[in-house]
Amino acid sequence: MTDAAFNFAYLDEQTKRMLRRAILKAVAVPGYQVPFASREMPMPYGWGTGGVQVTAACLVPEDVLKVIDQGADDTTNAVSIRKFFVKTAGVAVTEATADASIIQTRHRIPEHPLTEGQILVFQVPIPEPLRFLEPRETETRKMHELEEYGLMHVKLYEDIARHGAIATSYAYPVRVEGRYVMDPSPIPKFDNPKLDGNPALMLFGAGREQRIYALPPYTRAISLDFEDHPFRPTKADHACSLCGSATSYLDEVITDDRGGRMFVCSDTDFCRSRREAAE
Amino acid sequence: MNAQMPPPLLTVRDLTRTYGSRIGCAEVSFDLYHGEVLGIVGESGSGKSTLLSCLAGHLPPDSGRVVWDGTTDVLALPEAARRRLMRTEWAFVHQNPRDGLRMGVTAGGNVGERLMGAGARHFGQIRAQATDWLERVEIDPDRIDDRPRAFSGGMQQRLQIARNLVTGPRLVFMDEPTGGLDVSVQARLLDLLRGLVRRMGLSVIIVTHDLAVVRLLADRLMVMKSGRVVEQGLTDQVLDDPQHAYTQLLVSSVLQV
Repeated sequence: MTDAAFNFAYLDEQTKRMLRRAILKAVAVPGYQVPFASREMPMPYGWGTGGVQVTAACLVPEDVLKVIDQGADDTTNAVSIRKFFVKTAGVAVTEATADASIIQTRHRIPEHPLTEGQILVFQVPIPEPLRFLEPRETETRKMHELEEYGLMHVKLYEDIARHGAIATSYAYPVRVEGRYVMDPSPIPKFDNPKLDGNPALMLFGAGREQRIYALPPYTRAISLDFEDHPFRPTKADHACSLCGSATSYLDEVITDDRGGRMFVCSDTDFCRSRREAAE
Repeated sequence: MNAQMPPPLLTVRDLTRTYGSRIGCAEVSFDLYHGEVLGIVGESGSGKSTLLSCLAGHLPPDSGRVVWDGTTDVLALPEAARRRLMRTEWAFVHQNPRDGLRMGVTAGGNVGERLMGAGARHFGQIRAQATDWLERVEIDPDRIDDRPRAFSGGMQQRLQIARNLVTGPRLVFMDEPTGGLDVSVQARLLDLLRGLVRRMGLSVIIVTHDLAVVRLLADRLMVMKSGRVVEQGLTDQVLDDPQHAYTQLLVSSVLQV
């Protein structure tokens, strides 16, 4: 039962309308950062206020919502956002990727392949891929406008010059449909290939920076690289200690203070369903 | 004399820029030919830097025409084309290397930026070219992975020059390139510049208040006062036989050691 003190999904209808207009524009211009009037949400910046607003604008009562944080369904951020929408929208929730119609995520794309009709909402801290190279917003906008992306490669050059390989391992920039360079939010670069040609709709919301951008289904998103240092998705060189998967992205968990550690799938739903299937 | 002179590389006509009622530069006209070095001298506040900024596209002039390579009206170009021109065919060497370098990026990255901006995507080739250019401006290639902060002022200025020349521009704007350097470093930098300019056949517009710099580098000289060009001609001619009263004052004010 929805708490009567709230409109459906917390935000008022005019705000959702404003958000939907921004989302439509973002879908029409893949990779372009659309400004929107971000609202105060009942949670601090950095907790996914942008993602929450995008999710609220997309939710309908029939939706089934899944919320993950670093791949996990049971961490603080995921649990509190899921409870927030249960309380304010009364929608059904799930932990199974395949059953969800909307998935809000922080820093991961689920291992289970997404399908047409699903929406993946990312929480984005810093939407501007050029920010740490060029601090002026006026200048970065001009660079996007005129497709001056040489600077992005300077960052990768610096990586190779200092570390011998492209050391950027998350928030790895992609070129969308040969036009905009986009920061796919801090997902590990292991997930970058999943951005390319994905059948699901991907929406990115940055609350503090007030930007929304999108990857419509089946959009080309190519990770930037050098001809002689091609892009390589990386993960820890282990298999999951719980489910044995050798192909999923792993978290390193410290188990004691004597150097003990184990590697487990970061996607808890994926790991659990594999263990259940094995039993 | 060749009957068919090639068109000037840069044609400037009646370029004017005012700051409110005050004149920045007024009715400046000149032609710059391929491989020619033009010096602009004058005291502080005479409009040299305003003129250079207008020419290089950093400041929009109020009126006048700038024609590049005989056909391109620079001021009427769309911004994308103008910025492309600025990072391929043109280069700008700032007085303070901090304005022209990325201080947080290694020397190699600084030199490589223009290459990558022009579409180079092969790390090995970019690095080889950066190494080659560091050698050309007499910086030890071992320091390719050091950041400019760790460089001396003279080295920073040479790095800025390498960064600008790596894409083989045809026209280089220089704003007091030797300002703030001590005399021996200045001499070395001038020597290096002169060699690069001659070897690459660069056209250069160099703004300075140092007459020794233009004597060494410039083929032709423009003297500015209160925003206007008061005298122009061959460098030696202007310096040895100044006609305008202000030029005479300028030449006679040089300290003799």
